[in-house]
Amino acid sequence: MNDILDMYQELIIDHSRSPKNFGELLVKSHYARGHNQLCGDIIDLDILINEGTIVNVAFSGDGCAISKASASLMTDSIKGKTVKEASELFDAFHKMLTGKEPAMGLGKLESLQGVRQFPVRVKCATLCWHTLSAALTKNTDQVTTE
Amino acid sequence: MPFDIEKVRKDFPCLAQRVSDRPLIYFDSAATAHKPQGVIDEVKEFYEKFTSNVHRGAHHLSEIATSKYHEARAYVAKFLGVDDDAQIIFTRGTTEAINLVAHGLGKIHFRPGDEIILTEMEHHANIVPWYLLAKEKQLVIKVAPVADDGSLDVLAFKALFNEKTKLAAFAHVSNALGTINPVKEMVAFAKDAQVPTLIDGAQGVHHLPIDVQELGTDFYCFSGHKAYGPSGIGVLFAKKPWLDRFPPYQGGGDMIESVAFDHINFAAPPCKFEAGTPNIEGALGLKKALEYIDHIGFAKIHEYEKSLYDYAVHRLNGLKKVNIIGTAKDKVSLLSFTIDGVHPHDVSSIFNHYGIAIRAGHLCAQPLMKRFGVSALSRASFAFYNTYDEIDHFVAAFKRVFEVFKL
Repeated sequence: MNDILDMYQELIIDHSRSPKNFGELLVKSHYARGHNQLCGDIIDLDILINEGTIVNVAFSGDGCAISKASASLMTDSIKGKTVKEASELFDAFHKMLTGKEPAMGLGKLESLQGVRQFPVRVKCATLCWHTLSAALTKNTDQVTTE
Repeated sequence: MPFDIEKVRKDFPCLAQRVSDRPLIYFDSAATAHKPQGVIDEVKEFYEKFTSNVHRGAHHLSEIATSKYHEARAYVAKFLGVDDDAQIIFTRGTTEAINLVAHGLGKIHFRPGDEIILTEMEHHANIVPWYLLAKEKQLVIKVAPVADDGSLDVLAFKALFNEKTKLAAFAHVSNALGTINPVKEMVAFAKDAQVPTLIDGAQGVHHLPIDVQELGTDFYCFSGHKAYGPSGIGVLFAKKPWLDRFPPYQGGGDMIESVAFDHINFAAPPCKFEAGTPNIEGALGLKKALEYIDHIGFAKIHEYEKSLYDYAVHRLNGLKKVNIIGTAKDKVSLLSFTIDGVHPHDVSSIFNHYGIAIRAGHLCAQPLMKRFGVSALSRASFAFYNTYDEIDHFVAAFKRVFEVFKL
């Protein structure tokens, strides 16, 4: 049986209650809003990119523990990375949540691996990443996880 | 005879299953209700024995199907307290029924600047069709506010009426709060002001007895699937003069008397509004569902559901951080709540882990979410097939939520 505690690991609960990089950037170069139609979660993502590197990133919005923790962990993990590296990280993260193989080398992001046992919640974990992808491709339209 | 819950539960085969390795506890009947065996058998029997179209040809099966379809309409009419079957239109559900009325009124009733009164607790199905019409016809939507306890501010509702008011459309029962609106008083007031009324009965028709003729409303709508019947079937009651004056909603077969390329005579209501082959098995199943409700009886349904609700509230009252949203005096057995510091979606996931199905989200009532300053709610809705024991498990699951979230 899938254990609910696999999804709600301590690290997830901590990040959802005290998210990192929560707020808005005064100076930003990229922005997108993500919206999960299913549950109404909204995330606003501000990014500052300088010469291909994500210098700063912040998110705000309202969402469930999984979407908040995921955004907190994502912003932490992409800060200082190049746009290309961030995009590769998204691919690996997405594979972790939709695949069967155990995740490798994703650091704290691996704490979200348990979400894959609960398919309806995968979108909560990927919302911030889809929003990142939209912001990086300068697609300023609101994105959804559909 | 006392209410025999064990016997009732045996009538609903889908309840006897396990979810997350535990017995299913289904507290989401306000989204869609489970079906008694009689409804399932009726739909199955139609496919196995009577499959054929209605109002077509004079062969044996078509005659049976046609007659059963008419009987279903007659039963719905009786159930709603309507004398004339022609005032009962089968639709896909409440949503289509409201859209049908919006279409009809849009063609014959409204002028630019006219006003429509809605309430803050409406489901999107009773907002969006009017919004679309308002945009098209330059109408103004006025909204009656909801009080802190989730009851409608009836004085404010009445104060919205003026000479420009051309429709009042409101829920019988709120899908998010469970509030039973004083529809009798509201319809009477509107009638005095010569304003037609539409009641969205999706959350009311299976909880409360209704006599639409006595009530005097112009329109009443409901869905089959929330009333223990099949999905894809619903009902619009409309007063005959409206149906005579409304142009057809959709064109096609079955809604005509004669067709030539240069002239068409439309059929009389109700067929005028049922273009194409209808959901025959849905109508038959709906009749069985309403028969089932009648068989148990509203008095017993109300008494038992109220006792379930009161028990749940009593058990939850001891829990800190749990806020019940919607505490109006007149309520159906529907309990919306928030838990401080936990998003409803997470609550729902944890409950699901214990085999408990509840709804989480904006409940298709975003203006109401805004009114209560939340983005989403958790909602447990109790039907007469639920038990006190299930509520005990439900209360225990709250404690698991507190543990997981370290509250």
